[in-house]
Amino acid sequence: MADSATHAQPSADGETRRDFLLYATTAVGVAGTGLALWPFVHSMNPAADTLALSTTDVDISAIQPGQAITVVWRGKPVFVRHRTPEEIATAQKEDGASDLRDKQTDASRVQKAEWLIVIGVCTHLGCVPLGQKSADPRGDFGGWFCPCHGSHYDTSGRIRKGPAPLNLPVPDYKFTSDTTIRIG
Amino acid sequence: MSGFQTNNKVVSWLDQRLPIFSMMQHSAIDYPTPRNLNYWWNFGSLAGFVLVIMILTGVVLVMNYASHTSMAFDSVERIMRDVNYGWLIRYLHMNGASMFFILVYIHIFRNLYYGSYKSPREVLWWIGIVIYLAMMATGFLGYVLPWGQMSFWGATVITNLFSAFPIVGEPIVTWLWGGFSVDNPTLSRFFSLHYLLPFVIFGLVVLHVWALHTVKSNNPLGVEIKTPADAIPFHPYYTIKDLFGIGVFLMFYLAFVFWAPNFFGEPDNYIPANPMVTPPHIVPEWYYLPFYAILRAFTTDIWIISAKLQGVVAMFGAILILFALPWLDTSKVRSARFRPLYRQFFWLFLIDCLILGYVGGKPAEGILITVGQIATAYYFFHFLVLMPVLGRIEKPKPLPASISAPVLKEKAHA
Repeated sequence: MADSATHAQPSADGETRRDFLLYATTAVGVAGTGLALWPFVHSMNPAADTLALSTTDVDISAIQPGQAITVVWRGKPVFVRHRTPEEIATAQKEDGASDLRDKQTDASRVQKAEWLIVIGVCTHLGCVPLGQKSADPRGDFGGWFCPCHGSHYDTSGRIRKGPAPLNLPVPDYKFTSDTTIRIG
Repeated sequence: MSGFQTNNKVVSWLDQRLPIFSMMQHSAIDYPTPRNLNYWWNFGSLAGFVLVIMILTGVVLVMNYASHTSMAFDSVERIMRDVNYGWLIRYLHMNGASMFFILVYIHIFRNLYYGSYKSPREVLWWIGIVIYLAMMATGFLGYVLPWGQMSFWGATVITNLFSAFPIVGEPIVTWLWGGFSVDNPTLSRFFSLHYLLPFVIFGLVVLHVWALHTVKSNNPLGVEIKTPADAIPFHPYYTIKDLFGIGVFLMFYLAFVFWAPNFFGEPDNYIPANPMVTPPHIVPEWYYLPFYAILRAFTTDIWIISAKLQGVVAMFGAILILFALPWLDTSKVRSARFRPLYRQFFWLFLIDCLILGYVGGKPAEGILITVGQIATAYYFFHFLVLMPVLGRIEKPKPLPASISAPVLKEKAHA
């Protein structure tokens, strides 16, 4: 009993000190390998310079009501739309529409009702929806229409019809003056 | 059968220290092969031949390719216009990818027809599916490298598939991209992995052949080799037959390379990638189309499971279900020659896959949505219902006593 150091002594259930050492070594080895793997995995996440490009300043003074521009933020298109009073009214009126699958009020998606700012990436599989140019198809709800798989967005950028699950996301932005915004 | 013998002292010296000649003798010359293999058994070696072509052409292409978003498109055009024989090497590589998939699809359907996935060849079958998955990944990564419009938007759509998973989805997509959209970090990592994966495939092919040589080839009758009269040595009988196959295949392959090099491609990929404009109709490469159709067949959210997640799960499930096929198929008989019912359903399944491929290449609208949904349902019905049930209700035709028995009987009659 006391001289267990000489040879592995089976305990009542057949386990030995050698088994314990084997399990402990394996556990440390697995955990250590896992930790050593992390730098490799994390190296594939966005790098510091990629993260640094995270704000975009936009001058919106030249955009007339009914017009929209597309700006680049983090490599993605962002739609900045100067909405007409009719578009705002429609968006607000349809806050309770039954076909809103990602329920949000129009007021919660804008800071100033005439300026709708959304990321122009379809929430289905990432295409850029059409509707920025006046000649583009805007879908059944007057907002945007994604040509890839047929998603329709309304004048608040909310998904109304088609395979996309979510509304066009609203990025973080603030009005740095009456005519400029900073996205990000 | 004869084993390795040599009078050459150098070869003998080396072989005693590294039995590479003995191994070649054992696995490429003496390897006992069923005597009745038909031409459907050529496609494995053909696929291996194309893998070698892909690696060779790829290694040379890389010498002139620049994996940076600002240079990738132009560097490919330079290969096409300025590099000596660059056009040939690129077209061999481009069309080689399509050829690889044509050969592997025929190889897979050969297995389905002759029941080659059944015991004792389940692991051989599994390794084959892993090779197929690795090929799909490699093909997808490679298609991104020329950085045309289809490259960019194909990469965007496919990587976005992972965003369907709740909570972990978005971080996974950001991690895959190395940024907040498909961009330079994405291109350079795709290039790295596209160079790596073919060598992984090569390793898997070694395992595939090892497993094959352990359990031996199946054959059109689906009965095992029982007597020496059932088998012939691989060399010269099948080396010459495989070579003949390579000759025929090269005529088919090079006809595309020389006379229709862009037949399998999309014109939009000759427009440089533009992250601000999506092409009106995004289609993946033809070899993914059946799975693309399955992805798009799901259009209604069920409770909290979005249509998108259902599609993604079904698409991966459509391939993963193949792993379970050796157990889903309850019939003891391998070859469809002796399975009168299964033989008909095999052809129905093949047609179903072709319909899925057709639907996957068209815009998802109108009647095609319904057709895609029915074809998707039938795809899973085939594996989950038909395969288990057929084995129970079907009365197979009597099997021959051995591979050589029918031949010897014919001789006796003559």
